[in-house]
Amino acid sequence: MAQRPAVSVEGLRTQFGAQVIHDGLELTLRQGEVLGVVGGSGTGKSVLLREIIGLQRPTTGRITLLGEDVWSLNRRQRQALATRTGVLFQDGALFSSLTVAENIQVAMREHLSLKPALMDDLAALKIAMVGLPPEAGAKLPSELSGGMRKRAGLARALALDPEILFLDEPTAGLDPIGAAAFDELIGSLKRSLDLTVFMVTHDLDSLAAVCDRIAALVDKQVRVATMAEHMKDDHPWLKEYFHGPRARAVKAPARADA
Amino acid sequence: MAMEAADPDANAPGDLEWSTDGRSLRAIGRWTIDQARLVEARLAGLRTEGGGALTVDLSRIAALDTAGAWLLFRALAQLRQSGAEIELAGVRNRHKPLLDIVAQIHAEKPEGFHPRSTGFLGLLEQLGGGLIRALIHGRDLLNFYGLVTVVFARTVANPARLRPKALVTQIQETGLNALPIVGLLSFLIGVVLAYLMSDQLTRFGAEVYTVNLLGLSITREIGVLLTAIMIAGRSGSAFTAQIGTMKVTEEIDAMGTIGLDPIEVLVIPRVLALMITLPILTIWSDFAGVLGGAAMTMVALDLSPAQFANQLKEAVGIDDVLVGLVKAPVHAYIIAMVGCYEGLRVQRSAESVGRQTTLSVVESIFLVIVATAAFAVLFSILGV
Repeated sequence: MAQRPAVSVEGLRTQFGAQVIHDGLELTLRQGEVLGVVGGSGTGKSVLLREIIGLQRPTTGRITLLGEDVWSLNRRQRQALATRTGVLFQDGALFSSLTVAENIQVAMREHLSLKPALMDDLAALKIAMVGLPPEAGAKLPSELSGGMRKRAGLARALALDPEILFLDEPTAGLDPIGAAAFDELIGSLKRSLDLTVFMVTHDLDSLAAVCDRIAALVDKQVRVATMAEHMKDDHPWLKEYFHGPRARAVKAPARADA
Repeated sequence: MAMEAADPDANAPGDLEWSTDGRSLRAIGRWTIDQARLVEARLAGLRTEGGGALTVDLSRIAALDTAGAWLLFRALAQLRQSGAEIELAGVRNRHKPLLDIVAQIHAEKPEGFHPRSTGFLGLLEQLGGGLIRALIHGRDLLNFYGLVTVVFARTVANPARLRPKALVTQIQETGLNALPIVGLLSFLIGVVLAYLMSDQLTRFGAEVYTVNLLGLSITREIGVLLTAIMIAGRSGSAFTAQIGTMKVTEEIDAMGTIGLDPIEVLVIPRVLALMITLPILTIWSDFAGVLGGAAMTMVALDLSPAQFANQLKEAVGIDDVLVGLVKAPVHAYIIAMVGCYEGLRVQRSAESVGRQTTLSVVESIFLVIVATAAFAVLFSILGV
């Protein structure tokens, strides 16, 4: 049975004034895969993410998310689609006036009518799943460290058991140990929850650790390939990126692949 | 998950079905969060008679997510409590990872978190906490007053450290740019007061005393208080927001590393500037308020400008203007100090800037009114 892709982007063009960010960009994200998106500053990684989740309208092009054309939905359809996707923003973007548990329950309250006791149970479950201590549930986001805020943001993104998870620089601002733990968490959640993951990242270690394929934004388009294939690419930016001084960590596994 | 579409109960909410012999259960339907309310209701009455071994077959679950798995394990725990020994059967490969992780967390029984307490005890707790916070706050504010006074004394002793450019900028920002709004509002208040007073005094045939009452109330009390309140809302809040934003962007910390004293660079010019501008704004406000009153008395009482001026000269002496004016630097000091203090208390988040700014305005207006009352008591003792 041919599976429909989780995300497909066709003929995408994004333009701000005279500045063209994407031009004829094509991208397919298969179900169940983890795709890492890389690119230099200003190549439109975050813009691409925002266009796919419906926050920013592309100039032209068609974006399909879980079988729905993102930019031709009415309000209700868009809400329904929102319950099937989870997004983790760069610094968690937790609602600052609510506790972590209340943050997780926001979507449940809005879209479902569950009993308070069950919602508390489920919030505690999500908090445990992302590896936060139970007492974090009653805390306000301002009382958490950066790494904990990201975990709490992830718990909120997972509140309704989405089919696809979007992560914007999940390991940015974390120390290497925290970043590795976060990579591991994403990998294990992906396996247990059968998630599809779209991850914008700069972190080569993350790419090597959890991503099945890597989409590199170069020349206003995207090149999707595995890490090993990218390393053989002789595009100057890719060469610089995968063979530069900071790419030591990924060389070992790539050689093993090749 | 669409693969089980052929199954008849693929779209039904999840449930546990007893087999005919009552020795095994079969999970069917959709165990997902959107069905969770129905699933929870169906499982509510689940119990087993006697106990003994019980097989639970999970092979016909149509869809499963974390919420469904949680409900399943909760139901199984309920059965175990009533004495059953449960064995899971028919676990599908693709459900296994999810069931494993939820089972593990369920077994650890994550402690529910304590919601913020409500009711009478919560109220009491809040009241006590609020009182202690207010006391700590008062102490810190007093500390800050002391600190600024010390730095101020140092600056006065060494005037080269005074920053004329910052001072002039602040005078322009808090004084010159505030003239239109202060003038307009004072004029309007003068109009309103004159209207009210003339209306009442006409009943006693004492309408000419409108001028006395108006002149005295504006110069002694209203002009200075109104100006202080407007400036607290306009400049005090600006101080908090400016300094708070610098705190968020770590500019204040950067100053420290370069060897600049933030009190000297940021606080002193603002305090000095406001202490210079607020008296001037008060004179301006007195003038505009009396002008508004004059305009209204002309219309309402047919008083000519000359009559108004004569009556005013008789009623209001220079000491009345001074009684009002002497309060202005004190108000300025309070507003500037509270504004800067709240700005420096901003934590490293944007939300905190907003909170401290609101607090700064409320607090400075409160303190200005307290000071006005204290002055009233003082003047009545001195007989001024």
